[in-house]
Amino acid sequence: MSETIRISSKLGQARQVEKLLLDEAEKFGYGEAAIFAIKLALEEALNNAIKHGNGFDSGKTVEVAFDIDARQAVVTITDQGRGFNPKSVPDPTADENLEKPCGRGIMLMKAYMDRVEYNKQGNQVRLVKRNG
Amino acid sequence: MQDSGQSGEPRLMVEDMAGAKLVLLTDRKILDEINITQIGQELARLVAESDTPKIIVDFGNVAHMSSSALGMLITLHKRVAEKKGQLRFCNIQPSIHEVFVITRLNEIFRIHQSRAEAVESLQ
Repeated sequence: MSETIRISSKLGQARQVEKLLLDEAEKFGYGEAAIFAIKLALEEALNNAIKHGNGFDSGKTVEVAFDIDARQAVVTITDQGRGFNPKSVPDPTADENLEKPCGRGIMLMKAYMDRVEYNKQGNQVRLVKRNG
Repeated sequence: MQDSGQSGEPRLMVEDMAGAKLVLLTDRKILDEINITQIGQELARLVAESDTPKIIVDFGNVAHMSSSALGMLITLHKRVAEKKGQLRFCNIQPSIHEVFVITRLNEIFRIHQSRAEAVESLQ
């Protein structure tokens, strides 16, 4: 299934999109571990887009383009913010950062997805999870 | 003691256990972003109620974790430590435990298999 959805900068709408995508992945037979991984990474990416990208601005939207089949799930999330440099985020597993309450989202996305790619501006992330 | 979400369903169940407060997170999606702030406030209240808090958080019903939830738990950990209290986690499902390991937070938090082990570890 392939579709593009645009949502407002509201976390509730992000959860609805997640459910839609996860239902599709389940239909294609993605296992429990893959579903867990997709849910986790999707939530991180959508939360980042809404919170950090759009700053919860009600005038800004988030575009979610997805292409899910039996082989892999590809989700591209684009916010309307200025973008950022993902390489500028400190390593949250470094000793000096362990007890900081934030900064783990990107690391978790990379741990659970097969690919995580940002565009040059930094307002779009592409997540890929292979089935199996 | 119960604390309810918007739907009226309790999100936290708190009971006394061996001189500690046992906190049961009641909803598998309890740690969704939308709930996290309120859960964090409820837990902060629990810490504030005691001079030296002893808190066990039971994750048996938790099937999902996010970085925001981890941040909330780190803040809880700091608040308990500031009061020289004790914080334990227990009953964490393998998939959730893996998140703690990947983030190295298993080195920060005291995690136990069961409630009994968590209680036993308290001093």
